[in-house]
Parts: sequence; C-alpha cells; structure tokens
Amino acid sequence: MEIRSKEFKSRAVFAIHDASLQQAMGKARDGFVGKRAQQAAELPEFEALREEAKNLKNHILENLDHYLERYEDAVKRAGGHVHWARDAQEARAIILDICKRVNAKTITKGKSMVSEEIDLNEALIEHGMEVVETDLGEYIIQLANEPPSHIIAPAVHKTKNQVSDLFEAAHGGPRKTEVADLVNEARQVLREKYFRADVGITGGNFLIAETGSSMIVTNEGNGDLTQTLAKVHIVTSGIERVVPTLDDATLFLRLLARSATGQETETYTTISTGPRRATDLDGPEEYHVVLVDNGRSKMLAGHFRDMLRCIRCGACMNHCPVYGSVGGHAYGWVYPGPMGSVLTPLIKGLDNAYDLPNACTLNGRCASVCPVKIPLPDLLRELRHLQHQQELSPVMQRRALKAWRFVATRPKLYHAGEWIAVRVLKLLGRKGSIRRLPFAQAWTDVRDLPTPEGQTFLQRWQAQRGK
Amino acid sequence: MTQSTGKRPRVGLFATCLMNMFRPNVGFAAAKLLEDAGCIVEVPDTQTCCGQPGYNSGDFDSARALARQVIAAFEQYDYVVGPSGSCMATIRHDYPVMFEDDPDWLPRAKALAAKSFELLSFLHDELGATPAGTRHLATATYHDSCSGLRGLGIKGQPRELLAGVAGLKLKEMQDAEVCCGFGGTFCVKYPEISEKMVEDKIHNIIESGADTVLGGDLGCLMNIAGRLRRIQSPVRVFHTAEVLAGMANGPGIGGHSQESR
Repeated sequence: MEIRSKEFKSRAVFAIHDASLQQAMGKARDGFVGKRAQQAAELPEFEALREEAKNLKNHILENLDHYLERYEDAVKRAGGHVHWARDAQEARAIILDICKRVNAKTITKGKSMVSEEIDLNEALIEHGMEVVETDLGEYIIQLANEPPSHIIAPAVHKTKNQVSDLFEAAHGGPRKTEVADLVNEARQVLREKYFRADVGITGGNFLIAETGSSMIVTNEGNGDLTQTLAKVHIVTSGIERVVPTLDDATLFLRLLARSATGQETETYTTISTGPRRATDLDGPEEYHVVLVDNGRSKMLAGHFRDMLRCIRCGACMNHCPVYGSVGGHAYGWVYPGPMGSVLTPLIKGLDNAYDLPNACTLNGRCASVCPVKIPLPDLLRELRHLQHQQELSPVMQRRALKAWRFVATRPKLYHAGEWIAVRVLKLLGRKGSIRRLPFAQAWTDVRDLPTPEGQTFLQRWQAQRGK
Repeated sequence: MTQSTGKRPRVGLFATCLMNMFRPNVGFAAAKLLEDAGCIVEVPDTQTCCGQPGYNSGDFDSARALARQVIAAFEQYDYVVGPSGSCMATIRHDYPVMFEDDPDWLPRAKALAAKSFELLSFLHDELGATPAGTRHLATATYHDSCSGLRGLGIKGQPRELLAGVAGLKLKEMQDAEVCCGFGGTFCVKYPEISEKMVEDKIHNIIESGADTVLGGDLGCLMNIAGRLRRIQSPVRVFHTAEVLAGMANGPGIGGHSQESR
C-alpha cells in the first residue's frame, strides 16, 4: 500500500472526530488491556518469561545468519523451497512467479502482515488472480477496500453495524446483526474458496530452525484451511522470525496470546513442515518459504536491532493512548502504533514518516507491556535524533532549540527571561488562568494556561534565604 | 566539597522550570518537607533546565550541554531532589546514557544519577519520612505521571504519604496510570490528540467523584488543571508536596483566590 504517513496529522484529527471509529476503539481498548492484565497476573512467571524471551531473541539476532542457514537446510530436507527476498519487489516477483507457474486462479490468504508490507494482493490481482483473505478481520477490510488498522485485529476500527452493512452488500443479504450470524455467514462464503484455492499464502509466527517448520497461530482455524487445502502453500515471513527449536517457540507462545488478546493460548496453533508426504492424507504438493529482508538486516547492524525482537502481538498499540485516540489508519502504512512508529520510518524512510516518532508522549506504557521488552520510547527518541541530525525536523523547531540552548546554558540570562515571562503572564492572567495566549495557541486552544504566582521560585528563595 | 553537618544530609533542590515559573509554592513545600525530615536544603542559582526538551526533541548535543551544567551545579551535594518524576528520571536514567561514549563525563553523570531522586519517593524510600500533623479536607484522586510511574517506580509512595494527612480521602480513578496527554512539547505539536487524551483523563477524574486531583509532576498537573478550568469544572488541582506540607490552603493550580478555603 502506498505510504500516507505524511498525512498523519490530518488523518489523526479526522479519526478523533469519527464517532464510529471512537466507539469501536474504546470497546477494543478496554477489552484488550483488561484481559492482558488478568493473564499477566495469573501467571506467576510472566515477568521472568519476558526477560527470558528478550534474552533468547537477542541470542538469535546475534547469530541470525547461523539460524537462518540451519532453517534453510531443514526446510530443504523436508522437501520445501526457501526463497530469499532483499526487498518488497523481489518478494512480490518470487511469489508471482510461483503463482503463475502453477496457473493459479484463486489464492486464499491467512493473515500475513509481511504480505501487506510487500503489497502482495495488488500484484496478484493485477495479474488476474482472485485473492481471498480468510482471517475474518482481514476479510472485512478486504470487502471495505481498506488496509488493516491493527496488526492482529485488522478490522478493530469497524463497528458491528458497519460489518453488517458490508456483508449485506457483498453477500446479498438478508442483513445479519448478531455476531454469531455474521461469523457464520463469512464461514459459508469462505469455505467455498478454500476448496477452490490453487495457492494458500500464510505468514509465519515462528520459523523453527531445527525442523524447518513454520508455525502459525489463529483463533479461527482459517490458517489451517488455507495451508492444507491449496495445492501450493507459500509462507511469507521476515528473516527475524526464526527460532532455534520447537521448545524455544513454546516460550514465545506462552507470551504471545497473553500479550495480544489476553488469552492463555490461541485457539489454533499449527505447525507445517514441508509439502505433503506420501503417507499424509492431505497437505499441499509444494511448500515454499519467502524470507523477506526489506530493511531488516540494516536494523540488525545499527541502533535499532532491539526492534527485531518484535513478535507482532500488538500489545504496544493496545496500550498506547495515542493509538487509542486516533486508530491505526492515521499512521498511514502497514504497521501502526508504537512498533509501527519505529518500523515505518526505518523501512519506508525517515522523511516519509516524520510525524510517527514524534506523535508520542514517551509515556512508556508500550514498553512496560512488550513481551520481549523492546525499549520503544528510546527507539522513537533515537529516530527523532536522526531526524534532527538530518535536518528533517521543522526549521522553526531547530531554531527554537538553538535559542533555548543559548539561553539555558546562561543561568543569569535564563532566570531573567523566566522573570520577564512570569511578569507578562501574571499581567495577562485573571482569575488564575489564561484563556487565550498569542504564540501559545496550541496550548490555549485546548486548555487554559494556569497563571504564575507572580515571582519565580529562585527569586523568592533568594529573597527569603539568601543563597 | 560536601560539608555535611553531622548526619544531616545536604540536599540540592532541583527547581524544575515549570515549578520555578508557575508554582513556586511547590518548591517551598518541597523544601519544608525535606527540612522537616532533617535535611539541609540549598538551591544553587547556577541551575536552569535538566535538558529534557532537547533530549526528547532529538537534539542530544544541547541536552548534553544542559546535563553538564546540572552535573556541575549539583555534584557537591549528598543528594539532588526535585518535585518532578519527569526531570528526575532524565537525570537518573538519561544522563548516564547521554554520556555513554564520554569517558570524562560518564563517571560524573553516573555519580549524580545515583544520588538524584524525585521528591516523594525520596521522602518515603530514602528518608522513611512520615509527614504528620497536616490536615487537608478533600476527596482526592491521584494521577500517576508516566515518567515517575514507569521510569522511577513511583506508585505506592505518594499514596502512603498522603494516608497520613488528616481529613484527606483518596479515591482511585479509572486509568490512573494512563498518560494525560501532556508529553512535554507533544501537547503543542499535536494539540488535537493531546486534547482527546486530556479529555479522557478529566472524564475519569470527574467520574471518580473526587473534588481534588493530586500528582507529582507539574507538566501533567498544569495540563489537567488547564483543561478542568476550560470546562469550568470546580475540581481543584495540587501538587502532592503542597498537601503534604500543609501548604495547599491557597488556590489550586489554575484556580483563583475566591475559591480558596
């Protein structure tokens, strides 16, 4: 999808005034946060698991080449194919080639954020293929012709009413209004597609180096049907998703569902190893893995390696008060919220997503719930540092910082400035606060400015106590 | 340089920018609490700002310039204490990171970080102080400021200290730990998002039924008070130090003299 992160501000304001969006977001936010907190509280070793997961991820990232090579060998031994894609274009070309070779007409897809990242659907549709998203949320936004607004709950911004409308228009009614009926209707429609599919494309929550397996977790079982019923199964995954062993994967599984949806475990956890064997009753004839770099090896080498620990649970956005206020679409690309505000500038360019690292209060709630302890606020600040160094920040901001530094490193001048400011504000303020203040409208448009008491603390202290 | 008199620790009071300009009463309340707990309080006039605005804007060079100034001004003291989780988290956590590659300043930054504390946690955890004899008739709700809460682990300390204030009832609000939308320059760079966040916050404050909001950071408190004034809410806002020191008799933050009790 085309990046629209430059429109962050206007899209954020639009979202704040979108009553349906606010209704949907409020409901989701309260649900996710409460359930995660309950799960974390009920598992005594939860905090220890977070630390263990962080350390294991760090070990994997330090030895990523080793584990990826082991993984590739194991996939081949199981009869599968591994493809390496340096960027989105290469990834698209690889997948398109496979689909064309098997003359694919219908392609089913389990949820895959990497496929969103590489604009896969558009490329397949352009070549005349029918692409069907099978995750209920993805299916809803495909009908609405919208990108996902959340990495695990792509249609979290939609209300039930809006889904009823979409289904009625797409499926020809009668209009359903109960959640169970809506889910059932989608199931009926999708079941047909699974049987017709030539290619099934899924993501990979974890890639197991020791066995060459891909592991996916879903709550709907749609991933299983996608990957076992089609003739060809293609896994799209970032290179950072490899883990050494199945045991290691279980460590992350214990954290993933609890952090993401506040479940003890997902409904379906499915492991795929290679294509169908002679003795298997079902399964694909071909098994492919497309390992996508798309900026990841650059992150591995620099300041942002910590970001590669991400297991895509979405806890950071569930707990982010900015995301909760504006929703995922405001962020303008595939990954929203705190993790997206780090990834988007790194993958799509610092200048294409200036606002994302800045539209954050650095309140730290994201980092406090991250299952692999990514220091998201520090990474966002580091991105601001790069933007400052590359002079991507507004000229006025850089000038203001220069002036601030000049004055603040001269205590006498600084204190005189504070003294003058306090006097002026005191004159302007009546009844304790100021309602309109030129040059500070961004403050006074929203709230009053409390009037200073009259003198600065330092003045009064020195007057009372000497030095 | 340190000249401790007997066992009384010499504390350098960090006069945060917002306190210095907008609410000197908080500084005097802090000084009183520290002195009552047996400290000698001094306020070096070579201090200005901790450097956080530069640091969080990505101007690390300017932040370091300010940090060097703070280190020089305060390293003579036994402790550095400030009435703000935000500024003190900058000194405690960020200074050592800022000077990671500077062998001259790193030890000085680390030494200062180790003896720098936010006021309420310092009173409670380091001094074991239990301010007594103060009275404040109010039903208050406590806003946990993010830097203090997640950066410095301040959660129970202010509540326990406030439990000793006669006449004060604490009533927790929903989402007390969620950001109020201040975020330093965030509130003026993204005013609409900030407005949504502070609106959520004051909704929870009003829902709690409290007549007073307390907290430990003037940035958040000015944001909350400013919004409460804008909608003409009678809820009053004080820094916790003011209540603990018995110096919350005047108008609340953003309030005026007619409302004082």
